[in-house]
Amino acid sequence: MLDSKIPSGPLAQKWDKHRFDLKLVNPANKRKFTVIVVGSGLAGASASATLSELGYKVKCFCYQDSPRRAHSIAAQGGINAAKNYQNDGDSTYRLFYDTIKGGDFRAREANVYRLAQVSTNIIDQCVAQGVPFAREYGGHLANRSFGGAQVSRTFYARGQTGQQLLLGAYQALAKQIAKGAVQMFSRTEMLDLVLVDGHAKGIVVRDLNTGRVTSHSADAVVLATGGYGNAFYLSTNAVGCNVTAAFRAYKRGALFANPCYTQIHPTCIPVNGDYQSKLTLMSESLRNDGRVWVPKKPGDTRAASDIPEDERDYYLERKYPSFGNLAPRDIASRAAKEVCDEGRGVGPGGLGVYLDFSDAIRRDSEDAIRARYGNLFQMYEKIAGENAYKTPMRIYPAVHYTMGGLWVDYNLMSNIPGLFVLGEANFSDHGANRLGASALMQGLADGYFVIPYTIGHYFATTPKNCPSDSSQEFRDVEKQVNERIQKLLSIDGKRTVRSFHREVGKMIWDKCGMARNKEGLEEAIRLIPSIREEFWQNVKVTGEPEGINKTLEHAGRVADFLEFGELMCLDALERDESCGGHFRTEHQTPDGEALRNDEDFAYVSAWGFTGDSSRPSLEKEPLVYEEVKMTQRSYK
Amino acid sequence: MNFTLKVWRQGGPDTAGRFETYQAKDIQGEMSFLEMLDVVNEDLITGGHEPIDFDSDCREGICGMCSLVVNGIPHGGQKGTTVCQLHMRSFEDGQTITIEPWRAKAFPVLKDLVVDRTAFDRVIQSGGYISVNTGGAPDANATPIAKIDADYAFDAATCIGCGACVAACKNSSAMLFVGAKVTHLNVLPQGHPERFTRAVNMVEAMDSEGFGACTVTGACAAVCPKEIPLDVISKLNKDYALGVLKGVGV
Ligand SMILES: Cc1cc2nc3c(=O)[nH]c(=O)nc-3n(C[C@H](O)[C@H](O)[C@H](O)COP(=O)(O)OP(=O)(O)OC[C@H]3O[C@@H](n4cnc5c(N)ncnc54)[C@H](O)[C@@H]3O)c2cc1C
Ligand code: SF4
Ligand code: FES
Repeated sequence: MLDSKIPSGPLAQKWDKHRFDLKLVNPANKRKFTVIVVGSGLAGASASATLSELGYKVKCFCYQDSPRRAHSIAAQGGINAAKNYQNDGDSTYRLFYDTIKGGDFRAREANVYRLAQVSTNIIDQCVAQGVPFAREYGGHLANRSFGGAQVSRTFYARGQTGQQLLLGAYQALAKQIAKGAVQMFSRTEMLDLVLVDGHAKGIVVRDLNTGRVTSHSADAVVLATGGYGNAFYLSTNAVGCNVTAAFRAYKRGALFANPCYTQIHPTCIPVNGDYQSKLTLMSESLRNDGRVWVPKKPGDTRAASDIPEDERDYYLERKYPSFGNLAPRDIASRAAKEVCDEGRGVGPGGLGVYLDFSDAIRRDSEDAIRARYGNLFQMYEKIAGENAYKTPMRIYPAVHYTMGGLWVDYNLMSNIPGLFVLGEANFSDHGANRLGASALMQGLADGYFVIPYTIGHYFATTPKNCPSDSSQEFRDVEKQVNERIQKLLSIDGKRTVRSFHREVGKMIWDKCGMARNKEGLEEAIRLIPSIREEFWQNVKVTGEPEGINKTLEHAGRVADFLEFGELMCLDALERDESCGGHFRTEHQTPDGEALRNDEDFAYVSAWGFTGDSSRPSLEKEPLVYEEVKMTQRSYK
Repeated sequence: MNFTLKVWRQGGPDTAGRFETYQAKDIQGEMSFLEMLDVVNEDLITGGHEPIDFDSDCREGICGMCSLVVNGIPHGGQKGTTVCQLHMRSFEDGQTITIEPWRAKAFPVLKDLVVDRTAFDRVIQSGGYISVNTGGAPDANATPIAKIDADYAFDAATCIGCGACVAACKNSSAMLFVGAKVTHLNVLPQGHPERFTRAVNMVEAMDSEGFGACTVTGACAAVCPKEIPLDVISKLNKDYALGVLKGVGV
């Protein structure tokens, strides 16, 4: 049975009470414990810095050449916190409620409440580190509002909030590295997890410069390896983002929760062609002044300016008269897909819709629009090569965030004792849909303010054991890792790794993307294994195991997506309801909203690996709402 | 579009490198420079050849991982643009394009176009932070910071640590990078207590990593994708000089 270890007592007192109940490790003993942290994004860097400040010996790993380059760096919009600096009625409870509701009542109450509680400490900490948040003329912090909230609680640093927060955490990490308290391993990829007597005790890694495969042992392992959006091939993630660390842990027994919960962001620059390697987000704020439309006639290839007003369909305004162009993320994304499926999409391949500023420019002047969005128009021009003051922008939804992740309890420990999971890599706080500006908050909450307390309890209540990294368990896993590398290099087939990634990604996008149904999911579950089979017979990985070999790195990651993608589809098929970003076309309200089924599906799906050719096991953690009432989510 | 590429190939850190010529065929203007290289690499792999290794991750101009010298200019010479955001439409059909790695003593080549920039991390470790541990921070609004200072700090803090400034400098100086970090932290009240030790320690770390001296020619700022202004170097020089005068630093 899954035990989420949610403390008893009133919601608002759970975390306080729990911190009191947690066993402590005496300060002098902390230095006897080694912790491995995989990942140097907001979650991993903040955890590494904080744990080492407490006295633990920390080894931190990342695949980039510097911990500062983790993909948290790319977050644009901002970070939420219940500071109520604007005096507009915000509170811990309101942030908690908005997040639970935004997640369509599929997240754990107690975790979300704690997140809202520590949100205020995060802002204090970041300011103390020198994060240059936006300020008002009086010198106080500025806020803006974000989707799914009616208060202004989002702190930001122009359009580069993630960069500034990550540099804060990176610098805290650098301070600890300089002290010798953290050992940093950059350009080092975790390829497997090692269990000793059922506890997570280390990892096997490949040095991406030399190609050497080695082991690292520790008293506990923390995974903060980010999301799996690249399962879709095209996403707003960095090209190196992967599911490998989390998936390897799954194959060693960790449960994977809600893999089908993914977020598709409505305003991204559309795909241009087959060669495309990634998608770029355009801030959602553009929908404040831009009007979304497509031609009424399918297959209309006229230029936007040649299409008269009465032959345009402003479909968001038509379908959602009260919210119009500001309809919530999931609804706006699905509506765009619908009109494109009808053959009314614009631009190359018909996969795009117009975001038109001409009315706003007529109303407020081009200068006014430039003052509001100048940098975004510039970015658009750089990528699309078009001047959006003159012709409408073309946008299309893109994969952006993954709410699913490894299952963890209230202590952020997985079902494998000693394996902790933080940030986007876990499943814990966003349910079936994440609100804007909440991922940065969660990553830093986990790393700065949760794991430092909860990991001590594990150490204080378990017999101490940091095995040697040359023990049999490590040697066995190393051997398997080396065999897999050899196998990839020896296939010498005809197709490139990228072609397989593209193929499986498109399959997942088509069948398990913005809209899903039984038929499509069953088809994907049938077809993905055949792509996988071909991969293992016909992929071409050039080069040697030694030295830098980026094709080999990519091959390992794609091999994991080829297995993981099937799990996503299986989860989507099993969850025979719609909720948040998981939209099953069979379950919708008459006006096309997601129709939840709380009676049968108010649970977390936690999948367990049972063998390469057998169906994964499904454990269900019931979602018990003590405080809030589940209601139909409505933003009308 | 078609291009002739002259690309630096080098098997490993200790082997000699050389230029190799490749043809990039049927390239579309909408492709980014790195996507153009992806296409060339797909052909190389299918033909059984080793692809050209180069670094990239975010591909949206913010992680600082991409690092190519294109026709002699780090990031290719488009104002405020990383090479991952450079698009092929800005080249002429039929053009010959030379592609090299960053070249600097402190950034040794690891393979092909991939260099080792860990020296930058070590320079940050020497003082590019505020010495505050997690916990017990005062309320974020307790110390008001003038908007003009916060904006100035932010502008300097946007440095992505790519190293183009070093690659562009004839002395391989890292003064723009160090100046950006020192300016970011030293103009903020939170960074004030350590401002002199920070400047002295970071300059010393920079020197010992093998970065060269600054002669203020401004080649760095001209290629910087985040358009970090040269005046961060004056700020650094000032705090460094005061630090030396006070005899701070380790
Ligand atoms: C374009 C974009 C904009 C966004 N904007 C916002 C926003 O405005 N507000 C908001 O709240 N959220 C936003 N998000 C979401 C948010 O940025 C992420 O969810 C969050 O930063 C993830 O942090 P993380 O620490 O969990 O993972 P990451 O920052 O992705 O870090 C993962 C780390 O794990 C390492 N790693 C991964 N695999 C391995 C392996 N196998 N071996 C070794 N190391 C490994 C990587 O090297 C990296 O260091 C945005 C996301 C994107 C993509
Ligand atoms: S100062 Fe500019 S060129 Fe130098 S590392 Fe920073 S962003 Fe790159
Ligand atoms: S790849 Fe991230 S800045 Fe170019």
